[in-house]
Amino acid sequence: MHANKFRFHIGKLLCTGAALVLVGLTGSAMLEVDRGGRSTWSGCSDAFAASGPEKAASAAAFAKASRVLLHPRCMNCHPAGNRPLVGDKSQPHPMHVERGPSGMGKNGLFCQACHQEKNLTGKDLPPGAPEWQLPPADTPMVFEKKPPRQLCEQLKDPAQNGSRSPAQVVDHVRDAPLVLWGWHPGEGRTPVSMPHDEFVSLMSEWAQKGAACP
Amino acid sequence: MLSLSVNGKKYQVDVPVDTPLLWVIRDTIGLTGTKYGCGKALCGACTVHVDGLAVRSCVTPVSAVVGKEVVTIEGLSHNLEHPVQQAWIAEEVPQCGYCQPGQIMMATALLAANPKPSDADIDQAMSGNLCRCGTYQRIRKAIHRAANTMASGGR
Repeated sequence: MHANKFRFHIGKLLCTGAALVLVGLTGSAMLEVDRGGRSTWSGCSDAFAASGPEKAASAAAFAKASRVLLHPRCMNCHPAGNRPLVGDKSQPHPMHVERGPSGMGKNGLFCQACHQEKNLTGKDLPPGAPEWQLPPADTPMVFEKKPPRQLCEQLKDPAQNGSRSPAQVVDHVRDAPLVLWGWHPGEGRTPVSMPHDEFVSLMSEWAQKGAACP
Repeated sequence: MLSLSVNGKKYQVDVPVDTPLLWVIRDTIGLTGTKYGCGKALCGACTVHVDGLAVRSCVTPVSAVVGKEVVTIEGLSHNLEHPVQQAWIAEEVPQCGYCQPGQIMMATALLAANPKPSDADIDQAMSGNLCRCGTYQRIRKAIHRAANTMASGGR
């Protein structure tokens, strides 16, 4: 999908120096104006970095990677509502567990009441990983029922993603123990089907080629 | 050898590090007020406090509580004077009593997090503590009673 918009590449002109007054020492800017008349500025790196084909590759990489985000091992803790989901059929978590303001539960029933720092041995036991929790209520980072474009826009928005740049989003999916748990979920749970290194590679490509959305 | 602090007392226990805390409490230390119901964090009978937060001791490895303060039902008060215990007595909550230590520990944790819980809050927090005798109505009443006592200056 491509947004139906037209661009003014003021960026390169502004880079020659006149824009220093307008945009400070950071260099030039690019103005994008869509058909609704809404305009947004973005930084110099965007103006000179990803070309059309690169942005297309970026968007395509995200579209493939988004299958991981919608896998139950990821989506179950990124629900649309305030209850985490469980199992391969993504059913509401029993015991009326809820997100709470911090994402760690509420009313004294916190995630760590049952979930340990690692999986327990045996079937039907609570899974575990460090910092077991949902995203907090003010940045719920919902994956459930979201199409790839919305997943992408949400993931690259610092106001929604915990103030992360695209590169830091890649760091998160590469290194965060709770993310890595999705590939080692314990007995009775299907791991994420795409290999983790392939997922990280796609997300890296997405970030490096302009973090474009499909 | 692991060093534990349970109800304010120090214990040295020689158990495998992945031994569930429930069995260390019951079998090694000898505090049998905390009950086994399911072994899978499904019933809440094993609820204790670790650093003030409710945990299901049947799935908590003992290694996870080294350096932390564990409180069991025996340690909630010296002589049943805790407002939640007093409310449980006043409302005659227990029937067989098996689930009640876990219920009391979870109710105490609820009131620590939310001193004035609504019925919906009580439903949400206490749904993980099962009672086969069906004393839920009295549990709810007792939690409201304890909340009122604590709000008016009872501990």
